[in-house]
Amino acid sequence: MNYGIVSQEQLEQIDGVLSEKLIKLGVDCVIIIDMAGNIITAKDNGESKYDVYSFAALAAGNFATVDAMAKLVGEQEFSLLFHKGQESNIHFSKIDDELLLISMFGRDISLGFLRLNVVDVIEKIRVIWGNQ
Amino acid sequence: MSFINLKDKIVQVKIVYYGPGRCGKTTNLEYINRTYRKQIVSEMVSLKTHGDRTLFFDFLPFDMGQIKGYDIKIQLYTVPGQVKYNATRKLVLRGVDGIVFVADAMEKQREKNIRSLNQLHENLQSYKESIFNIPLVMQYNKVDLKEHGIPILPTSILEKDLNSRLKVPYFEASAITGYNVAATLKKIISSSVISIQKKLL
Ligand SMILES: Nc1nc2c(ncn2[C@@H]2O[C@H](COP(=O)(O)OP(=O)(O)OP(=O)(O)O)[C@@H](O)[C@H]2O)c(=O)[nH]1
Ligand SMILES: [Mg+2]
Repeated sequence: MNYGIVSQEQLEQIDGVLSEKLIKLGVDCVIIIDMAGNIITAKDNGESKYDVYSFAALAAGNFATVDAMAKLVGEQEFSLLFHKGQESNIHFSKIDDELLLISMFGRDISLGFLRLNVVDVIEKIRVIWGNQ
Repeated sequence: MSFINLKDKIVQVKIVYYGPGRCGKTTNLEYINRTYRKQIVSEMVSLKTHGDRTLFFDFLPFDMGQIKGYDIKIQLYTVPGQVKYNATRKLVLRGVDGIVFVADAMEKQREKNIRSLNQLHENLQSYKESIFNIPLVMQYNKVDLKEHGIPILPTSILEKDLNSRLKVPYFEASAITGYNVAATLKKIISSSVISIQKKLL
């Protein structure tokens, strides 16, 4: 995988998958970041006003911390990382060793339903990334 | 490694301020945050303890404008300097493009600077990066203390201790008054951007 540079075409395809598979279902905001805290792409429903750059830095730190804790207790990784709030929830999913997919969603979507779609999205992204 | 978005023409560059505890890393970012409001799109994020020591990192996104049609977004981070936080220090270094090593010029901190620099070297190795290849700038901070009669290491000693093999650009500075904070920042940004351009060509 050519991490570091993504072509315009690849990004457009990925954005398309995120819109089709997550935003259309009612997910408020989806961000793909790398483990260094860079934003690869961000899509939202047009209403959410998150500061995505700070968010990416914190999310990468959060994920890295949990990952390091997993190693300390002898786990490969904690595969599910999920934060639940009153109005909004955040779900983290690892695409590969370098990339994370983060979804923010409200009360009207269940975690199970979201996870199914995230798995599907990640598979599609891997294919797009592989095709270069 | 920086991330380059060819669709929106954005380059994200990660710069980390590294150095021993209380050397003035956070104070550098605070000064930048106050002085360059126009170029800063969002709030500075500081994960710190009650005593104002950095616990995980400070984060400050900084807009550089355009170079060759690309929007350059600089992401400034600090690491926590306290000895016990090396695990988190390492996490912050992941994917770093350029480093400012902030040394504390106070005489009594001489050993700590050297130990911190050695650990930076080891931490970079764990990411298969080399301190000899990565863009790096030295900052000898707190030179203002000389006026207050506090013993300060001469720059020649700091150069010998920290920079005799690396031979990177260095600045005497005072993060608290702002002296050479911008010069340090400009230097590390230009070194990092040049190094990214080289990788691209
Ligand atoms: N006199 C003087 N004091 C400074 C200077 N820079 C920082 N300080 C002071 O040194 C103390 C520590 O500064 P910080 O910026 O919090 O240090 P740090 O490197 O972020 O420390 P950690 O987060 O623990 O790693 C504060 O009391 C600052 O006001 C300087 O240039 N001159
Ligand atoms: Mg600090």
